[in-house]
Amino acid sequence: MTVAAPFHEAEGEADPAMERWGRLLGGGWIVLLLIGLVLVFGLLRPAQFGSTYNLSMLAVNAAILLVLSVGQTFVIIAAGIDLSVGAVLVFASITSAQVMLHMSGAPGSTYGTTQGGWGVVAAGLAVALLSGAFWGAINGILVAVARIPALIVTLGTFGMALGFAQLLTNGVDVRAVPETLVEGIGSGAVAGIPMLVLIAAAAAAVGAVVLHLTRFGVHVFAVGSDREAARRAGIDVRGRLIAIYTLSGTLAGLAAMMSTARYATTTIGGHALDSLGTISAVVLGGTSLFGGIGSIIGTVVGVFIPIVLLNGFVILGIPPFWQTVATGAVLILAVWIDQLKRRAREHR
Amino acid sequence: MTPPPLLEARGIKRRFGNVRALDGADFSVFPGEICALIGDNGAGKSTLVKILSGADRPDEGQILLGGQSVAFASPAAAQARGIATIYQDLALASELTPFENLFLGREELRPGVLGRLGFVDRPSMRRKAAEQFARLGVRLRSAHVPVSSLSGGQRQSVAIARAAMWADQVIFMDEPTAALGVVQTGRVIDLIRGVRDQGIAVVLISHNMPQVLAVADRVEVLRLGRRVARFDVADANVNRLVAAMTSGTADHGVPA
Ligand SMILES: Nc1ncnc2c1ncn2[C@@H]1O[C@H](COP(=O)(O)OP(=O)(O)OP(=O)(O)O)[C@@H](O)[C@H]1O
Ligand SMILES: [Mg+2]
Repeated sequence: MTVAAPFHEAEGEADPAMERWGRLLGGGWIVLLLIGLVLVFGLLRPAQFGSTYNLSMLAVNAAILLVLSVGQTFVIIAAGIDLSVGAVLVFASITSAQVMLHMSGAPGSTYGTTQGGWGVVAAGLAVALLSGAFWGAINGILVAVARIPALIVTLGTFGMALGFAQLLTNGVDVRAVPETLVEGIGSGAVAGIPMLVLIAAAAAAVGAVVLHLTRFGVHVFAVGSDREAARRAGIDVRGRLIAIYTLSGTLAGLAAMMSTARYATTTIGGHALDSLGTISAVVLGGTSLFGGIGSIIGTVVGVFIPIVLLNGFVILGIPPFWQTVATGAVLILAVWIDQLKRRAREHR
Repeated sequence: MTPPPLLEARGIKRRFGNVRALDGADFSVFPGEICALIGDNGAGKSTLVKILSGADRPDEGQILLGGQSVAFASPAAAQARGIATIYQDLALASELTPFENLFLGREELRPGVLGRLGFVDRPSMRRKAAEQFARLGVRLRSAHVPVSSLSGGQRQSVAIARAAMWADQVIFMDEPTAALGVVQTGRVIDLIRGVRDQGIAVVLISHNMPQVLAVADRVEVLRLGRRVARFDVADANVNRLVAAMTSGTADHGVPA
């Protein structure tokens, strides 16, 4: 057997220093930013910022957004976008809360908590997950089969899911949910760690394992990197896309139950724009809007940046409106760095 | 005594509207050879390759693999019979690493329960990819960087190594060096020989006549959707090839 000539190409080498910078900026800088923020706020107001209560509230505030953002990470790595997650959350919380209310035997106008036990909560969870999966599957089918751009599809289902949620309730929130849910999940804790945080951590951990260690995860990256290449390699691109959007919708259903548990009411007006928060968290976390690049751990960091900023500003007495300004600026910076990184790499 | 063709096309016709892309084309490739498929622009080369590799279907005609009539419903069906294609636009997932691309769509799973849950076996895939690259003499700076950061020649090498990993019969290459510089072209040509020496037949589409004469064992010439000549490379020279391509006259070799 002849062995071809050595294939080491001087012309193929990127400047190593450039590459090291790219990697640091691309992967590491946002983590450094978060650590920096925590250090600054922690040093300036150690008693308030560093208190167990404050840290645990930070984590609780991040929990729901994190669950949504895990799904959004899959979608964006697959070169898609899901604007509907917030509205799907609202829809799923309405359907599940109505089912739980009905099963508890309380009238629709009930305020406060109902007597439903864990069976009712489990049924509510099933309804929430199914409602989420339903909208996710619709998104996936329209994107993968009808080949309508994801931005438009999910903008459409955003409006539809929110509209149906309002139609189901005449725009009035369901304000009675099982006490079991509110006490056990909403304000419950295990070993001092809030249940909501545990659920979010579990969702992120499972999401990270699936994304980074399984064949499905490899295919998510492949579809996002080059749909045509994935198709030619024999990957069922349509099936994968439908699964990815369905996953995102299902996680929105889980987040719906978490929200209902936390606030003891549905929140028609409170979550619709969560989609934008998840997209900015995912992008802050180094996931590329062009697809093919990203990580769950990055998304975790990206979720905490605006939350820590807001918390720190409040504690320091800076008008909290500055938080949205700062988050917006960091977001633009993140996308700019992503593009610099790509340009540096695709040097030919 | 020549062995029977490995893959043969007989009387293939394919129209696109009024255009007769293939008008009764014949073609054959024999085991373990590099066969150049040449012809002027629009002669139907790419169309023929698409049909033989399952990416397109003929209106009329017959395809024989190892003497048996076959009909490929999809590229995947052709791949399952050991036939792979390297497309002009490569079809690598640019954000994935070379080893991930080698195994794309055929990922190895870990043994046991984890495998059944869909966990991929990266160490094993990495090792086998490294073996494949070593076997073909492909040296990459790093197996851990995305394909998009490799040079055009290296990417072409990854695509060829990938095809050679899964096809054991024929690999079609549609102008694999068209976008490459002189040095990189030389390396890809060496790689094509390496693939042939592993016993895989290569069908090479090229417009570069000196390259065809240097690398091919045989040449088949297509003109206006038909085969007009076939040469053993020993009997061919640039003038004869060009004459066959442009006027369809085979002053030598086997008339078609
Ligand atoms: N999908 C298609 N739709 C319409 N016409 C087509 C299609 N594919 C090929 N053709 C036509 O068929 C003819 C043969 O094209 P083909 O691409 O096979 O030629 P080729 O020999 O590969 O040419 P080149 O050397 O330029 O790559 C051309 O006239 C082309 O315009
Ligand atoms: Mg062509």
